[in-house]
Amino acid sequence: MDASVPRDDSLVTITDLTREFSSGDGFMKPRRTMRAVNDVSLDVPRGKVTGVVGESGCGKSTLARLVLRLLEATEGKVIFDGKDLATQSQSEMRKLRRQMQMVFQDPYSAIDPRYTIRRALLEPFKVQGEAKTAAEGKATVDELISMVGLSPRMMDSFPHQLSGGQKQRVGIARALALRPSFLVLDEPTASLDVSIQAQIIDLLESLKEELGLTYLFISHDLSLVRYFCDRVVVMYLGRVMEILPGAETQPRHHYAHALLDSNFEPDPTRRKIVTMLGGEIPSPFAKIPGCAFVARCPAASDICKRERPPLTRLGDGHMIACHNPMD
Amino acid sequence: MALLSVQGISVSIGALNPLEGITFDIDKGEILGLVGESGSGKSLTAMCVMGLLPRIGGSITKGSIVFDGRDLIGLPEIELRRLRGKRIALISQNPMTSLDPIIRIGAQIDQVSNLHLGLSAEAAKARSLELIAQLRIPEPAAIHRAYPHQLSGGMKQRIVIAMALAADPDLIVADEPTTALDVTIQAQIIQIMVELVRDRGLALMLITHDMGVVAQACDRVVVLYAGRVAEMNGIGEIFAEPKHPYTRELIRCIPRFGQAPGSLKGIPGTVPSIVDYPDGCRFNPRCSNAQALCRDQAPALEPKSSGLAACHFSEV
Ligand SMILES: Nc1ncnc2c1ncn2[C@@H]1O[C@H](COP(=O)(O)OP(=O)(O)O)[C@@H](O)[C@H]1O
Ligand SMILES: Nc1ncnc2c1ncn2[C@@H]1O[C@H](COP(=O)(O)OP(=O)(O)O)[C@@H](O)[C@H]1O
Ligand code: SF4
Ligand code: SF4
Ligand SMILES: [Mg+2]
Ligand SMILES: [Mg+2]
Repeated sequence: MDASVPRDDSLVTITDLTREFSSGDGFMKPRRTMRAVNDVSLDVPRGKVTGVVGESGCGKSTLARLVLRLLEATEGKVIFDGKDLATQSQSEMRKLRRQMQMVFQDPYSAIDPRYTIRRALLEPFKVQGEAKTAAEGKATVDELISMVGLSPRMMDSFPHQLSGGQKQRVGIARALALRPSFLVLDEPTASLDVSIQAQIIDLLESLKEELGLTYLFISHDLSLVRYFCDRVVVMYLGRVMEILPGAETQPRHHYAHALLDSNFEPDPTRRKIVTMLGGEIPSPFAKIPGCAFVARCPAASDICKRERPPLTRLGDGHMIACHNPMD
Repeated sequence: MALLSVQGISVSIGALNPLEGITFDIDKGEILGLVGESGSGKSLTAMCVMGLLPRIGGSITKGSIVFDGRDLIGLPEIELRRLRGKRIALISQNPMTSLDPIIRIGAQIDQVSNLHLGLSAEAAKARSLELIAQLRIPEPAAIHRAYPHQLSGGMKQRIVIAMALAADPDLIVADEPTTALDVTIQAQIIQIMVELVRDRGLALMLITHDMGVVAQACDRVVVLYAGRVAEMNGIGEIFAEPKHPYTRELIRCIPRFGQAPGSLKGIPGTVPSIVDYPDGCRFNPRCSNAQALCRDQAPALEPKSSGLAACHFSEV
């Protein structure tokens, strides 16, 4: 990691983060390990939206869970607001959890389907061991519900009575219950229709302004990430390929370029001719000594097969891991 | 005369009426996009065209579907079966609905041209290998011998496209053919499919919820909303001067490059569910132009200055 990158404005600093998963028992089936997140370093600046984009299986959700220490890292560090998460005791970690929350693609994966909205929204306080009187509980739920644009009439509904967009609003309200400063949003709109996706993005934008939040926004949709995020981290096979300081910056990594090239604009006067990449996305278990994109890259050279390109600085906030960047 | 003309079809499944007055046509060599949010009726429309509704206990209660001069409604199953595969081919979202997991890829493609074109085993194999190569699949011979599980999702979908092309059909109905795939793979498959369809002068009905894919590939577009057609128009008109408020709003929901922060708003309300469709125009609870008339009366699908739209107040 390039030490010259300014890190003082960052709420979260991720350094050389790796997570391995193994499969097979080593007896009947050979034991294989793979690195779902492979030596990832990045900063999440305070008050900004950092986007992580990449195709399915590239390690986005694993990264999200590592950042919140919902999953232990095999190697590397996550510093949140100056504190190394790995060295926090359980009780310190519980306090920190109030400040960092997650919004999932399926907001009800983590909530009991038999809970009313009211109960689901009070659950985080219970987990924290925070007692509330009935009146306090009602005031809290009222406030959360109106914050995410739901009607107070919905308080006693069950999740199956809500539409996908309404459920995601509950998911966001629940994440906000303990007044966090940092939200990890793991594909929060991926299963919604576009007319609802845009509503939720609009809501997230205003909540961020109102509450001064910092977001790590994960998506496979580059046009959404480019619209919503201040910086864009492009991942491939567990590795960071490029970090773009802003949506206007042209990618110079060949994979980031291919991803952009695959993104059709909603404008028939701007049709494109897609560059055909050879090859397939390699198996996550493949041991790749060099660049993870080498099998599909039109600019691959010998060194790309042998040596993993380090993430290096191209310009202000612009980082790239490529031996032969595009012009 | 259009290759396929669908006129005012309505569908019932039990007590539900998921489609009402669906109308559109496709010319030879044309790529028609069918767009709409989930539940709007895209897949059911495809099933109507394929004559597959009876399989899910549905029936067409009104309207006509004329393909190459013949009304498909009421055609005996044996004739429909002859049309399917031979003249109209289906590509569905999940390639495994078309592939048999225990038969080699090659045999499955060979079978299509053997059955529908009467090719000998050798000729069918040669044709399959050529198709596999045209879909830019490396090592066609190895793939011809492989089983479906040995291929990635993107490769399987290419094989399904090869099978659809094998019988030399006139019309391909593709129902979200790339939705389940990763974006780089998705873009490549759309590009290859469009190229092959255009080269052969085939008609393609491309079902998608992705307005980017529509803009990239289609000549004309049908926009569905809650089981009815909101608008049918040329690709340029749909994006530059849509005639239905829903079309206009839907396009605004997709972030464009360089769009100012805070300007993406969405459409208020929720996508209506079939069990409580609103009276009158089904878009009225979400429409910023809605008036009293919109709540009382469903607008008819009518010609406007371009295309057709179902709105009381869109300009003529
Ligand atoms: N708990 C787990 N055990 C084993 N493998 C896992 C586990 N979680 C994720 N993986 C693997 O790690 C890789 C990255 O997965 P994930 O982080 O979910 O990717 P993404 O969110 O980008 O789709 C995938 O190959 C996935 O199969
Ligand atoms: N087999 C079925 N039985 C009952 N209702 C169905 C069936 N298939 C679809 N529907 C209903 O018909 C409507 C349209 O469905 P569909 O054509 O699958 O939508 P789309 O493909 O646009 O998402 C939906 O409300 C759906 O619930
Ligand atoms: S390092 Fe080499 S293989 Fe990787 S993207 Fe750059 S040029 Fe391509
Ligand atoms: S008919 Fe009325 S409610 Fe429906 S789209 Fe037109 S203006 Fe809006
Ligand atoms: Mg994920
Ligand atoms: Mg469908």
